[in-house]
Amino acid sequence: MQIQPILAALRKHRLATILITLEIALACAVLCNACFLIVNRVQQTQVVSGVDENALAALKLTGYDPTRGVDLNARVLDGLAKLPGVQSISAINQVPFGDHAGTAGITTDPDGKHFGGVVDFFVGGPGSFKALGVQVVAGRVPQPGDYQPVDFFVPDDSAVWVTRALAEHLWPGADPLGKEFWTGKFHFRVAGVLAHLARPYGGEGGPSTIEWSVYVPAQPGAQLAAVYLLRADPAQLPRVLRDARGAMATIAPDAVLDSKASQTIGTLRENYFRQDRVMAGILVGVITALLLVTALGIVGLASFWVQQRRRQIGIRRALGATRGDILRYFQTENFLIVTFGIVLGMLLAFALNLALMTHYELPRLPLYYLPIGALLLWALGQLAVLGPALRAAAVPPVVATRSV
Amino acid sequence: MFGYYFDLAWRSLRCNPVLTALMVLAIGLGIGASMTMITVLHVMSGDPLPGRSAQLFYPQLDPRGMEDYGQGEDPPGQMAWIDAMNLLHARKGVHQAAMSGGQVTVRPVQGGKRAFYSDARFTTADFFAMFDVPFAQGGGWSAEDDDKQARVIVIAKTLADKLYGERQAVGKILRLGQNDFRIVGVIKPWSPIPHFYDLTSGGYQDGEQVFMPLSTALALHQGIGGSLECWGYMSFDHLDRKTAPCSWLQFWVQLDTPAQQQAYREFLVSYSQQQKMLGRFVRPPNTRLHNLMGWLDYNKVVPGSVQLQTLLALGFLLVCLVNTVALLLVKFLRRGGEMGVRRAMGASMRSIFAQLLAEATLVGLCGGVVGVLLALFGLWVVRQQPAQYAGLAHLDAPMLYATFALALCTTVLAAMFPAWRACRLPPARALKIQ
Repeated sequence: MQIQPILAALRKHRLATILITLEIALACAVLCNACFLIVNRVQQTQVVSGVDENALAALKLTGYDPTRGVDLNARVLDGLAKLPGVQSISAINQVPFGDHAGTAGITTDPDGKHFGGVVDFFVGGPGSFKALGVQVVAGRVPQPGDYQPVDFFVPDDSAVWVTRALAEHLWPGADPLGKEFWTGKFHFRVAGVLAHLARPYGGEGGPSTIEWSVYVPAQPGAQLAAVYLLRADPAQLPRVLRDARGAMATIAPDAVLDSKASQTIGTLRENYFRQDRVMAGILVGVITALLLVTALGIVGLASFWVQQRRRQIGIRRALGATRGDILRYFQTENFLIVTFGIVLGMLLAFALNLALMTHYELPRLPLYYLPIGALLLWALGQLAVLGPALRAAAVPPVVATRSV
Repeated sequence: MFGYYFDLAWRSLRCNPVLTALMVLAIGLGIGASMTMITVLHVMSGDPLPGRSAQLFYPQLDPRGMEDYGQGEDPPGQMAWIDAMNLLHARKGVHQAAMSGGQVTVRPVQGGKRAFYSDARFTTADFFAMFDVPFAQGGGWSAEDDDKQARVIVIAKTLADKLYGERQAVGKILRLGQNDFRIVGVIKPWSPIPHFYDLTSGGYQDGEQVFMPLSTALALHQGIGGSLECWGYMSFDHLDRKTAPCSWLQFWVQLDTPAQQQAYREFLVSYSQQQKMLGRFVRPPNTRLHNLMGWLDYNKVVPGSVQLQTLLALGFLLVCLVNTVALLLVKFLRRGGEMGVRRAMGASMRSIFAQLLAEATLVGLCGGVVGVLLALFGLWVVRQQPAQYAGLAHLDAPMLYATFALALCTTVLAAMFPAWRACRLPPARALKIQ
């Protein structure tokens, strides 16, 4: 296929060529950035919580008399444990993707000079550690003696389990076992390291802080009441949760069940990331419409050119060009136009990404998005031009002999 | 004359229905997508209290200690109890109110309905007058009620209907948690968008159902929610919201004239100095006085994702426009012969230009109709989403006209260049080809 004559023809239709090239360039820029945003969103929803999500559910009570927390705990823990299908029920202050209840700043020295960041404390009663299903990568598991009574917030002096991410942040490169940290007067000593444990409301300091969690064993009491962790066989969990929610009315008639927070962890997770999924959905819609419009533009322009060049096509056919030659001519023409558009579009894509980066918290556009976007646009262009090109190829050579 | 142009335009468009449909569809898609996002942005960044917002101000003080001190740092976003009470009792504004959000357990007596939770606002007497809250029955409580921790409440109409149906709710006794309260007022549905007076629990939440004097709520240990920012060394043993070095209250003041606003700024500084002299404040005076819209901006109430989507939709509109320009160009240039005939018969360049623009106007009108339909569909899709702001996405009359105007203007603008190119074709050349 000779490119020279195609370029010469395009030079004749300079304006239309420039416009369609510009359109493809803009489409390329928007496409790359929108795809990048989608992937970004989807990645954020892939957070590893570190717990057995499909076997766990949370139950939250509110509106009870705060002075009767001990009594409430006793009734709920006792009452729910008797329900068929319940593998374990334990008190906990918060669960991943639920309402957060234990967020505080920590320091790595007793005087509060070296600030370690804002972390989330999972304060859990006996049984909760095993129920969560967190994986211990160093140190030991909590022993019955580790669960101490709470006067306020957390026990005054406790052995705790931190995530690998938090340990690496606080003591980079060092062995975290036995290390200490403080929150006000509360003292903590690291007894073990967890593979993963995501905090309830993501990381306020950005995605890197999402696993800054600490597990603190504690005795249920007035300060650790009203939120419970239920574990059941994954297949039976929905039924067990429904039974447990129903049973609360008789077990704790003095309290109100918070139905939004009393869900399986899977449901909580789904609700938590709903917004991101919505955004991704809207972006997919915009991209589809964008590709559609670009394709329509190509179809419109190519149809026009085919109509305009019927005589020339007829002459070429009369001089011996095959249908395939005509078909390939239009396909190559489209390929060239789209290629110009992509080259320009890549520059635009990077410019747009830079502009977005300065205004919104977005990372840099990875390079591999460009070949993907280019392939997509090439395919789209070829698909769009196929119809008009086939019509061009169907022009009979006899057209050459007719006057207009 | 224009009737003739439109007649010509109509014929020409009908000549080539596929291309016309392509152009209309392209413009419609671009307009539809961008108007959907612009409407969402418009609703979300609207004025929550039109007519009143310019007089409402949000003062900030800085009672924090010297640790982590940085010059020019913004003061905390909320106020401590002592400062809020001092500012409240100083009565330097036309109206002023301190407030916090929370939840109460409503225990209906009638019919054995189950207890349920309601969002509540714990505030002071001026809240209703300052924000122009419309009452259906009764009214707010008085400043004395605040002082003596009276057990009175104001409830929303929806809650009143749920509890008492058609009957008069004012004067009834309602049990919240462990205590009884007398209902003194019922407010009509009132839910400013954004939820400007308390942004700590999201900018677009619904209005509260129960309003209670702040002092009463504290005395009866009602569940106060929202955020609590503390500083310095505090004892964790017992959190007394009245004395703890924590900020947790929103404070609003109404200042009608620029003179009052200036006086209030000076008052905030002198108050800070006075508190520093007393030893309560340690930092040099660090005060702010945002007006309502300024406060929304400062808190970046409109989510970044919505702005990003709007930008993308506008980029999409641009692509559609370039597409339309290209299609119109080939369409106009191809009709060179026809133009040549008209020019040869004596039509001026200007009338050819007008005729081509008339054609573009027709396309724009059709595109506008398609765009409005698509925008209505897009907004319906947005409303199905669970986001806090989703329910607000409606196309109001001004936005509807704006959509049409945008479609027409963009199409005519897009047609300018192709029309200019087309009418410059020398008639002789066009005729010769024929």
